[in-house]
Amino acid sequence: MSNATLTVSKIRSGTVIDHIPSGKAIEVLRILGITGREGYRMAILMNVESRKLGRKDVIKIEGKFLDAKELNLIALVAPTATINIVEEFEVRKKFRVAVPDVVEEVLKCPNSTCITNKEREPVKSIHKKVRDDPLEFQCMYCGTIVRVG
Amino acid sequence: MDNPYRGVDVISILDFGRRELELLFEYADKAQKYARSKIESLKGKVVALAFFEPSTRTRFSFEVAAKRLGADVISISGEEAISTAKGENLADSVRMLDYYSDLIVIRHKYEGAAKFAAEIAVNPVINGGDGWQHHPTQAMIDLYTVQKLFGTVDGLKYALVGDLKYGRAITSFLYGLTRFKPSAVYLVSPEQLKPREEVLTKVRELGLKYEVLESLDPIIDEVDVVYVSRIQKERFPDPLEYAKVRGSYTIDLKLLSRAKPGLKVLHPLPRVDEIALEVDSTVYAAYFYQASLAVPVRMALLSLILGGEL
Ligand SMILES: [Zn+2]
Repeated sequence: MSNATLTVSKIRSGTVIDHIPSGKAIEVLRILGITGREGYRMAILMNVESRKLGRKDVIKIEGKFLDAKELNLIALVAPTATINIVEEFEVRKKFRVAVPDVVEEVLKCPNSTCITNKEREPVKSIHKKVRDDPLEFQCMYCGTIVRVG
Repeated sequence: MDNPYRGVDVISILDFGRRELELLFEYADKAQKYARSKIESLKGKVVALAFFEPSTRTRFSFEVAAKRLGADVISISGEEAISTAKGENLADSVRMLDYYSDLIVIRHKYEGAAKFAAEIAVNPVINGGDGWQHHPTQAMIDLYTVQKLFGTVDGLKYALVGDLKYGRAITSFLYGLTRFKPSAVYLVSPEQLKPREEVLTKVRELGLKYEVLESLDPIIDEVDVVYVSRIQKERFPDPLEYAKVRGSYTIDLKLLSRAKPGLKVLHPLPRVDEIALEVDSTVYAAYFYQASLAVPVRMALLSLILGGEL
């Protein structure tokens, strides 16, 4: 039994994001757009023991079910993460996150003269995955490569 | 072949395959007949020129091309572009021009501006240059020039010289070559101005073999086409570095004394001193001829997109 389950009670229903690389929990929340002000009961465990990773972070969110598209964004910062969907204290679904092929409004283009960085334009950044290892995305507007993680 | 250009946007030269480019060349041949006269095939159409960045050649040649085809032309440039840059955003400007016209030609200093404009406009958008990224119609002119000079784009040896990192015309020409079968492509530039990695990756994916060099010297006696682009001072933080680089990429008679007899020098113009004036009167100079083909190629493109007959 891991340290995580010893220190924080199980959630009744919601999402558990496990096996996050140690220290990355905050980034995971940021990429999901969760600020804590939404009112969900939430536990964030950082640097707890893990058999797989040595140390890991875990996030438990009561009453929140994230869809696969949202969850796959986690792979951008935490490729090792696993997702447990919990209902009535039981794990109903368990899966690994997969890096999405296309992400919208997630990555910022590092090119300062890219149209996606022009002020007051209704333009969304769109990036396409071009490489897995190292993980690289390409801006669909200016072609600039963004290395992730 | 059906007209694959009808109503399409022209954002990158890579939007077009070999057959499409060859169809364009056929139309450009036809358009040459009207290069000194006027027809009415696009009568009633309005072409909007939205040049948010200074341009003379591209803007004028689009304007002349549209007018020779009988279209009306409206344009944003100079003062208006500056006031637009301060106030109205690009999206709103594009929307307005889209209401008033049948096609927009846009030049903008931001990379991706033409793609973004095309997403907003209902009517076709032609990229007249977006930052350092694409200049597809220049590449069309350049490939057509080679076709006219040699009767083919295939089987030739090309040297692309100068600013391969920020030069949008030369980058687009390189992309355009991937649609043909050159027998060699040499990318010649100082270390600081080598092509961006994503450009080389793309070119490799498309199956084009190339060699990266820092000097034209070892290959001047074997290449058929030398495509020269300007090396801009602003790209060098150190003026001494610029001074050093500048001289070593100048095309002059001394260099050309070792050239193949049929070699042709291309340049998208304007040039500063990367081609010595003494070269102008030689058989090698093809850049003025290249410039003269801008109007027919742009006439061909406008005709194909807007459905005018030539
Ligand atoms: Zn970009």
